[in-house]
Order: sequence, then C-alpha cells, then structure tokens
Amino acid sequence: MEKQANPFAVLVQKEISDYIYSWKFLILIGIIMLTTIGSLITILSIIKDFAANIDLENSFLFLNLFTASDGNLPPFITIIGFLGPIMGLALGFDVINVERNRGTISRVLAQPLPRDYFINSKFVAALLVIGVAIFSIGFLIMGFSILTLGIYPSLDELLRIVFFLIFTCLYIAFWLNLGILFSTIFRQSATSALAGLAVWLFYTVFYSMIVNLLANAFYNNQANINIFLSKMARLSPIGLYNELTTILLTPSIRTTGALSFEQLYGALPSTLPFSQSFLLIWPHICALLAGSFICFAISYLIFVRQEIRA
Amino acid sequence: MPGTIIETKELTKLYNGYRAVDKLSLSIKEGEIFGLLGPNGAGKTTTILMLLGLTEASSGEVRIAGYDPAREPMKVKRIVGYLPDQVGFYENRTALENIVFTARLNGIDEKTAIKTGEDLLKTVGLAEVGNKKVATFSKGMRQRLGLADVLIKDPQIIILDEPTIGIDPKGVNDFLALIKGLSRERGITVLLSSHLLNQVQKICDRVGIFIKGRLRALGEIGELANELLKRGNIEIRVSVKEELSDQVVGQIKSLSGISEVKVKDRELLIQAKEDLSSPIAKLLIDAGFSLLHLSTKEYGLEDIYQFYFEGGIEDGKAS
Repeated sequence: MEKQANPFAVLVQKEISDYIYSWKFLILIGIIMLTTIGSLITILSIIKDFAANIDLENSFLFLNLFTASDGNLPPFITIIGFLGPIMGLALGFDVINVERNRGTISRVLAQPLPRDYFINSKFVAALLVIGVAIFSIGFLIMGFSILTLGIYPSLDELLRIVFFLIFTCLYIAFWLNLGILFSTIFRQSATSALAGLAVWLFYTVFYSMIVNLLANAFYNNQANINIFLSKMARLSPIGLYNELTTILLTPSIRTTGALSFEQLYGALPSTLPFSQSFLLIWPHICALLAGSFICFAISYLIFVRQEIRA
Repeated sequence: MPGTIIETKELTKLYNGYRAVDKLSLSIKEGEIFGLLGPNGAGKTTTILMLLGLTEASSGEVRIAGYDPAREPMKVKRIVGYLPDQVGFYENRTALENIVFTARLNGIDEKTAIKTGEDLLKTVGLAEVGNKKVATFSKGMRQRLGLADVLIKDPQIIILDEPTIGIDPKGVNDFLALIKGLSRERGITVLLSSHLLNQVQKICDRVGIFIKGRLRALGEIGELANELLKRGNIEIRVSVKEELSDQVVGQIKSLSGISEVKVKDRELLIQAKEDLSSPIAKLLIDAGFSLLHLSTKEYGLEDIYQFYFEGGIEDGKAS
C-alpha cells in the first residue's frame, strides 16, 4: 500500500503541471529568456570596459552582469523588474474565476478537503513555478558568465545575487497575489486581467507623473522635491523593488536618502558589506512582503466567504 | 429495515431576506433513490449545497449519516459524491486523468485510482475514450464521466443535480438506467434533482415536489397521484343533441367509479376513476339521446406535475 497522497500536494502538483503546459507560461518564459540572452550578450561584449576600471575597493565585477547595460538593451534587473509583474499577473489573473466558470470548482470542493486548500494550492504552485523559473534564469546567467569570462563570484556577490533572486520572486509574488485577488473578485478572466494590467500600468507610467506634478506643486526647492519623490516612490511596489535591487546589487550605494555634508565628512569612500546593504533594504523587504500578504489575505477572505454556485 | 441516511429538519436558507429554502424537513432512507423535483429556482441546488456543507444553512439541521455537514464537512464529503448541474472537467486533460485527480484528492493512491478509474469508465461506457481529452466530449459523455467521477471515491450517497439536463431522450434513459443499476448493485443512496418529472419518475422510489423553497408533496409517485386524483384520473366529456334530463344524469352518477358529474347545457363533464365511456354511452343511447361527442382524457404524471407547479396545492393541502 502506497502512502496516501495529501490532497494539498495533489492540488499543487496539478496546478504546476497546468502552468508548465500552458501557452501563457511558455510565451512569458520565452520573452524573458530572449531579452535576458540579449542583455547578457551585450554585457559580455562591454564588460571589458568595466573590468578596466576595477580596483581593490570596487571589485564587484560579477554584479555588473546583472546591472550593466550599453544603453541599447536594458540590464537584467530592469528586464525582470518590467516583465516580472506581467509574469505574476499572468499566472494569477485567472486562477479562481476560470475554475468557477468551467464548473470545476464545485467538483473539487465536493471532495474531502478544506476549502482554503484550493486557493492556497494555487498560490503555492504559482510561487514554486516562479521561483524555479527565476532561479534557473539567474543561475544560467551566472553559469554562462563563468564559462565565457572565466571569473567567478565572491561569496559576497553570490549572496547578493541569491537574495536578489529571492526578492525578485517576492516581488513577482506580490503581483501574483494581486492577480489572484482580481480573479476572486471578477467573474470574467478578461476583466481581472485588465484590472491587473491597469494597476501595473498606473504604477509604471502614471504614478511617477502624478508624483512629479504633486512635488512641483508643493515644493519649490529642488532638495525637498527630491526627498518627496524618493518617499513617494517607496509607496509604489515598482519603486520599492527598483530601489531594493539597485542597493542590493550596487554595494557602493551607502544610503537610501540624501546625506548632509556633515554626515559625509570623514566617511571612507568604500563599498558596503552584504550585511549592511541588507540592513539598508530591510524596510523595502518588509513593505513588499506586507503588500503581498495583504493582497492574499483579502483574496483568501473573499474566496472562503464566496458562494460556490454562480 | 434500512436506516435514515439523509435527514433535514426545518432547514431554511435566506438570501438577502429571500427564502430560497423554507423549513425543509426530509428524511431519506439508505439505498433509496429519491427525486427532488421542482421548477428552476425552487431551491433544489441550494438544498443540495447545504447537504454537502458547501453553503451554510440559515437555520435548521442537516444530518448526513449522522454528521452535520456544517461542522464536519470533511466526513460528509468523504461519503457523498456530488455531481453538479454544470459539471466541469479540466478540458485539456483526459477523462481518466480527470477522475484519477478526484480519486487522489480523496486520498486514494495513484495506482489504485487508475485501476478503479478504468473499471468505472468501462461501467459508464467510456472505456474507448478514456484517454481522449475531455474537450472533445459531448454533453452526454460528460454526464457519464461525471458519474464515474462521483463513483470513484466509492460513496455511500450520491447527489446528482439535474443529471439529465441537456442529454437527448435516449441518452437520458440509458443514463438513468445506469444510475438505478449502480444504486441497486452497490446499495448507494441516490438523491437527484430534476425539473422533469416524467424522466426521473421511472427510477425514483420516492419524490419530493419542491416549489418556491417549500416541499409541497412527498411520497411515491403512485401515492402522490392518488392524493391528487382522489376524484379519479379520467375525465369524460360527453355532448348530446337533446336537453339532458335530471333522471339520466342521476343514472350516470350512480354508476360505480364516478366521482363527479357536471352538467352544462347539453354537455357532461364526468370525473371517473376508470374509463367508463362505454357504459355511459350505452346508458345515454338507451335513454334515447343522440350522442354527438364523447372523449376521455387520462391525467398522467405530467398533469400531476403541472397541477403542483401551477400552485394547485397551497401549503401542502390538496385543493
């Protein structure tokens, strides 16, 4: 007699195989892979210039693979910051409403399993798929660079990269949860996809415009404007993620805010160790996690209270 | 004597003040095939969802094999198979994969699930297409697959919500015969809902007629018919050329099996328990009347149903 399968594991397994065989996932991975390869090839052709500027104080050449660009193709962190939300939304926008519309939800929920298994398994499966995809891409970049350049990352760099990949998953999970939230609210998957894209578009395009407008209306001093802008940017998940990854992958960034001359006086122009960079981005991580949890908690509540019948 | 397996007491469900199900008290015996009949929107699906614990009752009690579905939904769902009215399958998966998935959600290991699944597909007549994607299936095939899906967890009770909807008449007969056979063979209690009495009466041991959230009648089809048709289920309409005399009407009334005679000008409307058209005709002709028209009409199940549906019975009392 084989061990009895846990219904949760069965659900997750089914979701994962659904994702892997779905066209939307293959297309997304295709896009991400293509742009990543493009940016990697560009970087490998220009990395000589970075290598020439390297000194003992600033020897994080390997991190440049993720952050550098020649101006034609964006670097990996920008690509993933741009496509990550789309990936999260794409995996999340139809998880609940499609099952509802197809009538599979009542069949599954009539089986002996707690109702929340259904939505939890969707989230866990999507997160696993995202994690595997992001880590494979990240490690592929590293492996490819080690092979072609012959340099390898230091422990500090490796930690930074691994955490960068973890936080990228977290960031995508935020958008995934937003997608799941819309999929529980809206009966039509097209509506929920559009709602998700609208939020994403708002933050990528309009948010900074509005914030700029406000900043110029409130302040007339450039320093104040800058402080206001950076504060407001942290209210947007995209802004949070960008700041987080930039700090994490650029050890020379020492602070998130403006420094006065007094504060700078006597400071050594050195890079931060990983633990200090980590300290710097801790609030960002908490904010992203919180946003993610809030979205999921709302969808969870809506889902368990929703009537099964249409 | 088989015990009661499904029992509800004063079960009520309110949707924003609207009584979808109103004080439903019902008990279904083990191994019985029970038909819950009623027009669309009568509260059949709501009742079923409450039985499964998928919707909470506003008040009242439900016991499924002794368990309260609201408190112990897992135990109830383990022994109850439910086929929803709009049953959905994962379209890009095969029939077998779909039911094996259900089996595994019930904690059955994969090997056993595949074996049972294949057997069940054979039982419901889908063995040939077991490895085809469900997207290619017709409505009738989906219902059969739904039945296999319900049976794979080896339930004590199966609840079928409008199982015959959208299937052609022959398909319906086959499908219902399949349900009846399975129920008798495995001793499964079946609760099925439908709005088509004539389809399901063939297999139901008892039916409950359910209108606007209330149970209007309950019993075997025969009993229901008797209750409704106390006056008899044959209507005889006779018209004659001459004016009818009281004497001949009296004679007709005195025939055994006649329950009511209405006279209107030269027409007679007779309610009888059996077809008495020829003694009536003989009586009239012998009395010297010229028979112009004689027709009989037998009330069928459809009429019973119509009668209940049109509100012929209020508050459960025969009019």
